[in-house]
Amino acid sequence: MANYKLQINGKSYEVDVDEDTPLLWVLRDNLGLVGTKYSCGIAQCGACTVHINDEAVRSCVLPISAVKDDKVTTIEGLSEKGDHPVQQAWEEVDVAQCGYCQAGQIMTAAALLKKNAAPSDEEIVEGMNANICRCGTYHRIKEAVKLASAKTK
Amino acid sequence: MEKGLKTNRRDFLKIAATAGGGLLIGFNWSGCDSPKMKVVSDEEVLNSALNFNSYLSISPTDHVVIYSPNPELGQNIKTSFPMIVAEELDVDWSKVRVQQAFLDTEKYDRQVTGGSGAMPHSWERLRTAGATARQMLMEAAAKRLGVSIDDLKTENGQVIHGSKKLTYGELANEAALGPVPENVKLKNINDFKIIGTPVKNVDNKAMFTGQPLYGLDIYREGMVHAMIQRPPFGMKLKSVDAEAAKKIKGVKDVVTFKENVAIIGEATWPLMKARKQLKVQYEPVDGKLESTAYHNQVFDDMLNTGKGDIKRQDGDVNAAFSTAAKVVKSEYQCPFLSHSPMEPMNFFAHVKADGVELVGPTQTPDRARNAAAEICGVSPDKVTVEMTRLGGGFGRRLRADFVEEAVELSKMLNAPVKLTWSREDDITGGAYRPAVKYRFEAALDSDNKLVGYKLRGVGINAGNCTRENNFPSGSVENLLIESLEYKSPITTNAWRAPITNFLAFAEQSFLDEVAEAAGKDPVAFRLELLDRAKSNPVGEIHYDIDRMKKVVETVAEKSGWGKKQGVSQGISVYFSHRSYVGQVAEARMVNGAPVLDKIYAVTDCGIVVNPTGADQQVRGGMVDGMGHAMFTNMTFTDGISDQKNFDSYRLIKMKEIPEIETHFIKNGIDPTGLGEPALPPTGGAIANAIYKASGKRVRNQPFMEQEEMKNVKLGDPA
Repeated sequence: MANYKLQINGKSYEVDVDEDTPLLWVLRDNLGLVGTKYSCGIAQCGACTVHINDEAVRSCVLPISAVKDDKVTTIEGLSEKGDHPVQQAWEEVDVAQCGYCQAGQIMTAAALLKKNAAPSDEEIVEGMNANICRCGTYHRIKEAVKLASAKTK
Repeated sequence: MEKGLKTNRRDFLKIAATAGGGLLIGFNWSGCDSPKMKVVSDEEVLNSALNFNSYLSISPTDHVVIYSPNPELGQNIKTSFPMIVAEELDVDWSKVRVQQAFLDTEKYDRQVTGGSGAMPHSWERLRTAGATARQMLMEAAAKRLGVSIDDLKTENGQVIHGSKKLTYGELANEAALGPVPENVKLKNINDFKIIGTPVKNVDNKAMFTGQPLYGLDIYREGMVHAMIQRPPFGMKLKSVDAEAAKKIKGVKDVVTFKENVAIIGEATWPLMKARKQLKVQYEPVDGKLESTAYHNQVFDDMLNTGKGDIKRQDGDVNAAFSTAAKVVKSEYQCPFLSHSPMEPMNFFAHVKADGVELVGPTQTPDRARNAAAEICGVSPDKVTVEMTRLGGGFGRRLRADFVEEAVELSKMLNAPVKLTWSREDDITGGAYRPAVKYRFEAALDSDNKLVGYKLRGVGINAGNCTRENNFPSGSVENLLIESLEYKSPITTNAWRAPITNFLAFAEQSFLDEVAEAAGKDPVAFRLELLDRAKSNPVGEIHYDIDRMKKVVETVAEKSGWGKKQGVSQGISVYFSHRSYVGQVAEARMVNGAPVLDKIYAVTDCGIVVNPTGADQQVRGGMVDGMGHAMFTNMTFTDGISDQKNFDSYRLIKMKEIPEIETHFIKNGIDPTGLGEPALPPTGGAIANAIYKASGKRVRNQPFMEQEEMKNVKLGDPA
């Protein structure tokens, strides 16, 4: 066990966990930030996507010891009022079915748009392809990323 | 979690009407504040509406709380059910607050998500719930104003008499005291204002901001975490060495029950680590362990020599085949499939001295309750079940195995337990879509008329793997349908569109093969069969011929069937779960390989309650059907699946989806199922289009692992 100081969603947290504990489980089990989802645990589906300094990262395979003083953003902290352009677009396009993967989809899309505010269709597909949606909401995800891009302009 | 509602019997009046399903309408009459124009928080509305066990309650703030009794797993019932109540109540949708009801078999019936049955079952009940409340509000208004009820109308949560308007909130108290009317009049469907309009998912905000909604998001004071190591199919526990596992920090205990080894701890990660240290030995229960090669042999042996259970027999097939001008024969096979919802199985159970508290994602809360009651030896009314939102289900959560495990552990440990399955547990944990093999045979006479049809199917733990009264039964004079079952220790269960998820592909592909042998256009061939079923029906017919025909004609029209240059089209049409879906897939040859571009879907599910949700169900069903037909394989070695996580258990991704265009038939018929019916036709439409483009007929799933499908490119993101 070791003590880690974390910067998450603009707040400071302190946790005592084993150094190999993935950030995902620290968020969920220790800090009560359950918006970041567990689904595969091996970085194959994207449900656990968070931002580390604006980069989309799979929190299920990121050991807490590697986080250091990097800035972590989770779905809970993407915007103060839940009105980030990507969140707005997800609402307007009514993207979700079961909704379980959508926090990860939103975090991936937000990171994509941060790097490339006006992605082409191919760039959207390339950027979002590694996030699995078992309900098959892919058409709407694509549409919502486009809408979010238009809102960001 | 959503806040559970408090009950305070002094504060509400419960009025029971008996219309069929134990309908209860409760009105809150606690506060007498006059309505104010202000933004009222969900919490305030819910706290003032001290009332559950009912479909709706009305708050003095003019808000209506509508309870959705069925588990929500992505089929959007939590939005579409309340829309129906709100429609008949005649209330402004923005004033509606939706709350997931707990399990309550006295107040609701069929709190189940399965079989695409919720909407057809509840349509009239929900309308009646809304209309009854509306009628009571109007009666209260008539009394207060001293006018005839015939001179009143309602609009957007108000009862109106000339220029005088009374809000529902103002009337709720008096209305609740009045008698409950019987035989209330329902709206004319042409007057619907909410039904038929796109209403967004009521949980959008919570889902998109990461609020706790799902079973895995449950954390309770004093609870312990648990994970379970289960044996491969056909094996039992021999020995456990938990020394090393117990040394992992955060692990409290390792216990065994039945054939399971459970690790108990303070958090999830220590359990995942400890499992790798666990040394568990298993031994076969009896005889050999099953593998895929063995199943393949079983299929062939049983198809060739097994005694089939005759499901349907019309005319004389032997005569038809012995005198046939042409015989077409083909075999189709599919593997087992895991449901693999994005949220793995999990459940919270707290066995207490006076009862059991269950919280989690289940499609069958009643089954969960009964299972817990049996394990604990208490009556079911001592068990409460709170349904969380489900991160997908696809049929897997119809079972209660994961609930039973959580209850067993809570009972054994005398503590609240949250049981989490890992993804590997989920994929190797059984209750799969059964592996099935079909043999189809068709006899054509010298006029290329289909005069004989045989279907023989073998299912592993699926003795009823044919749908004998479905199309083309009824259109062929001589027909024989037989089903055979092989019993395996590998567990199987309903998987979205049970049986038809593969049967439809096989049958619709085979009909294409028959059409080709007969030299007929696939659409014209299907219409010819439907006309024969109509004019000269053979035996029982369980599908509506006119509705199916309309779907075939409409999808042909929408897709420009046969009129496009350089595009190969494949059609498939299927009736399941009371709905009809026709699909046309389009493929093009690019550099010698078929590229799948687009699929058109025409659905007849009766009245479309929520167009945005309906489009999602059709699209989702098609992507699901396509993904599993194309990519997903599940093979077995010695009783355990070779695929254990999403690195090898291959789900469809964004890059692989073609464009999808959805249409719905408008016919005003009461709504039928939609969670499943769009899935079955998709594989056939795709396979038929690919065949037309490339000449390669793929008969086994997953397509991409078949020799014929090398060089196939999917989707066209550009």
